Amino acid sequence: MSKPSDLVQGTLDMLVLKILALEPLNGWAISQRLKQISSDVLGVSDGSLYPALHKLEHRGWIRAQWKSSENNRRAKFYSLTQLGRKQLEQETANWNRVSAAISGIVQLKEA
Amino acid sequence: MDIEGRFYSLTTRLRSLFHPNRVDQEMKEELREHLEQQIEENLARGMSPEEARYSAMRALGGIAQIEQKCRDARGGSALEDFVHDLRYGFRQLCRNPGFSALIILCLTLGIGANAAVFSWVEGILFRPYPAVAHQERLFALAGTARGESGARGLSWPDFLDLRRSCSLCEESFVSKITGSTLSIGDHAETATGSIVSANYFDAIGVRPILGRGFESGEDVGSDSHPVVVISYQMWRNRFKGDPEIIGKMQRFNNVPHTIIGVAPEGFYGTFVGWAMHFWVPASMEETFEGGGYKLEDRGARWIEAYIRLKPGASRAQAQQEISAIAARLETSYPATNRGRSIGLWPLWQTPFNNAGTLLPTLEVMVAVAAFVLLIACANVGNLLLVRSFTRRHELTVRLAIGASRGRLLKQLLTEGLILSALGTAGGLLVAYWCRHALVLLLPVRSGVAMYLPGEIDARVMALSAGICLFVTLIVGSIPAFQARKLDLAGPLKAESSGVVGARERAWVRSGLVVFQVSLSFILLVGAALLLESLEKIRATSPGFTTTSVVTTRVSLVAAGYDVPRAEIFQDELIDRLNALPGVESAAFARETPLGYGTYSSTPIVVDGYQPSLEEQPAVEYNQVSPGYFTTLGIPLLSGREFARTDDESAALVAIVNRTMVARYWGGQDPIGRRLQVKGGWARVVGVVADSKYESMREAARPFFYVPLRQDFVRSPDLNIRTNQPLRGILAALVRKVHALDGNLALYEMITLQEQVNRSTSSQLVAVTLVSILGGLALLLAGVGLYGVMSYAVAQSTRELGLRMALGASGANLLRLVISRGLRLTAGGILFGTVAALAFTRLLSQLLYKVSPHDPLVFGSALAVMVITASSACLLPAWRASRTDPARVLRG
Repeated sequence: MSKPSDLVQGTLDMLVLKILALEPLNGWAISQRLKQISSDVLGVSDGSLYPALHKLEHRGWIRAQWKSSENNRRAKFYSLTQLGRKQLEQETANWNRVSAAISGIVQLKEA
Repeated sequence: MDIEGRFYSLTTRLRSLFHPNRVDQEMKEELREHLEQQIEENLARGMSPEEARYSAMRALGGIAQIEQKCRDARGGSALEDFVHDLRYGFRQLCRNPGFSALIILCLTLGIGANAAVFSWVEGILFRPYPAVAHQERLFALAGTARGESGARGLSWPDFLDLRRSCSLCEESFVSKITGSTLSIGDHAETATGSIVSANYFDAIGVRPILGRGFESGEDVGSDSHPVVVISYQMWRNRFKGDPEIIGKMQRFNNVPHTIIGVAPEGFYGTFVGWAMHFWVPASMEETFEGGGYKLEDRGARWIEAYIRLKPGASRAQAQQEISAIAARLETSYPATNRGRSIGLWPLWQTPFNNAGTLLPTLEVMVAVAAFVLLIACANVGNLLLVRSFTRRHELTVRLAIGASRGRLLKQLLTEGLILSALGTAGGLLVAYWCRHALVLLLPVRSGVAMYLPGEIDARVMALSAGICLFVTLIVGSIPAFQARKLDLAGPLKAESSGVVGARERAWVRSGLVVFQVSLSFILLVGAALLLESLEKIRATSPGFTTTSVVTTRVSLVAAGYDVPRAEIFQDELIDRLNALPGVESAAFARETPLGYGTYSSTPIVVDGYQPSLEEQPAVEYNQVSPGYFTTLGIPLLSGREFARTDDESAALVAIVNRTMVARYWGGQDPIGRRLQVKGGWARVVGVVADSKYESMREAARPFFYVPLRQDFVRSPDLNIRTNQPLRGILAALVRKVHALDGNLALYEMITLQEQVNRSTSSQLVAVTLVSILGGLALLLAGVGLYGVMSYAVAQSTRELGLRMALGASGANLLRLVISRGLRLTAGGILFGTVAALAFTRLLSQLLYKVSPHDPLVFGSALAVMVITASSACLLPAWRASRTDPARVLRG
């Protein structure tokens, strides 16, 4: 139930980093954004989002701060650190390489 | 470098370590926040409040699991888990105190045996001199003779030459054990001490707490520097801690010495086995050693020395250099050094103290202790398997509510760690209690303080910690191995007894029992071999009478006698003793057989014997007075004994033993033939039977005797053949000696039987230790077998009941259970026999006239094992035979 069934392992990390690269967000907002931009295709459950956030924070790629949200509620906002930005660049480059290779194979025409 | 990011990561880690509750609280708040926002969103979409809440919760999933995953994702969690597991583990232990105590006891015995043996090995072999600087670079230095094994003394001039020209040597110093008589008030006492080179205290880095050590030059000259450093104990006990002790005079061997220093507490000198109580410079050797002035005599090989190599120099390099130096000495001084070299030994093989004697025993003990540990582990494993069955339910529930198997393994390992850590703590305590136990196993000698301490230092602690980890792995992974088989449904459904699981468990448990039985069988065989060997040694005739002969020593050197006075005293004393009722005969000898002292060895030339080019015939000899062979009961085969007339003015004579006749005269009667000893030609006047000289285990070897008067020593041993009890003859002897000179002190008087027993004491130590540990192993194996059989019987009451209902009698069931137990035992004995055939080779150094594969020994070990196994099975079998079929089958 909590496993991102079709999501390549480690891709969730990259997506979260990418989203946070745009602006600091709290957990709920990240989950909304994930659903929104991937149009629910990836099916990331909230259950797997939080452990991922804690793991990224623990590695020093993102940092958390308690702030007040729009409607004046305290929420934990995550933002990208310098280390995280570097990690994102690396993973993006990696992803581009792998996906280019895979799509190249998938698009082979049968002779 | 993103320092900020790294720093942030570190602070979050630290926060989760030190404020786990706050971090947890924040995580919960964050998730609650998420839910509330989702609920608001749902409400905004027009859901009913209840529906909004339900939908939000469903979207998020199991909160408890997410929380655990978040905790797992944080670095601090491994430690958090560990602390949690520790607490949980302790609660588990306390829930079952008897069971836990049993396990911890087993481990304490197993680990304690190892820690004790390690501490002995450390304290006796590897780091014997804790107060001495850099003992890891210290080596023993002694002379060797070509064509002979073992070590001899070094001569003082050779030592000085070596010290001058050895480039790899940082320090070298002499430390030769000696005894002394001290006159304290009106009585004399004996004490052990060392004759040392002047650099001794500087070289070993020991500062006297009062006064000073020796100054250079104090080891030069003949009896020229009567100064002494005394031990802390001697200062405390004999001088009552006198703060003004420095400069006071004390008679040692009747020579007044100035006390110049007091050694620090905890310094016992540099001799494995005995505590030293005083140190005198080498210039005083005549007073303590006898045999004249030796500091300029290259032929007098009497010193024992140590050498500390420069950092980085290896023993092989140093030995090479030292051999080269010895070879140069051989060329320069052929008269004294022909066929002689100098050897270097690591401290644990030191040839001139008890390190060498105890080495084989301690080697065997290391192996034996390891066996005991393995047996203890197998026992604990078995106990834990029983418990893992009762804990199956708990473990399954934990799996079901989301614990990963890895997490469960961690938990089980943590529990194993708690057990083994407690066992290790107990084991170290056992080692601490046993650190002086070796001394207790050795025979008491009056006048010398045996000192064989175990040393529990960082290295022993580290080894024990290593064992602790090893045990943790074993103890933790055995139940984990069972947990691997857990399936969620089975145990939760009810206590259905998973047949396959039960069978596998039974297989593991039986395997452990077979393992235990085979290990303890090996130990049994080892103990039996050593026992058999000791019996053989004890039953071997030493070649002289042991029961009605007593031996002692009157130190005339110590009393300051010169040679003529000593000669008169000796003759006088023998005459007076011979006149005593109950004394059959009495005689002096430089050394009594199997005593602590060593014989002189001398190059000989035998008339009519042509040695090969390589050979330099050297034979050991003893100086004895007339009546020696009669007194000791050594049969005279031909010729005559020495007589009073064989004195310094008469022609030189010698008596040879039978092996010497066979070696050098081809077995022909040598009476009247000549033998060159120390430059003079002696005529053979008698042949005596072979006897034991230095060890009960030695093979027959050439040996000869010369009259004491023709090669005089002032402090020979006195042997008396008597039909009186020891106490009576001692009193009479003291009277006679004091009638001659009131200032003389007698050394301890013992029977020759006692002397023989002391010479076999290292065998006795080995037998005692191996028997104790072998008994322990047998007990553990018996308990293991008992546990397995009781459990099997308890598990199969239904089957037993059924058998009974179908007509089996109680006796049938009794036989059934016992035969199952014996089948396991037979398996163990089979493996054990194969392993023992290989392992007992280790013992061969300690065995005497017993083959390591002695069938009688294996047979008796087998008998003991079978009897133990049968008695271990008896109670479970009896219980089986009392099965009440009606009750069991109905229930």
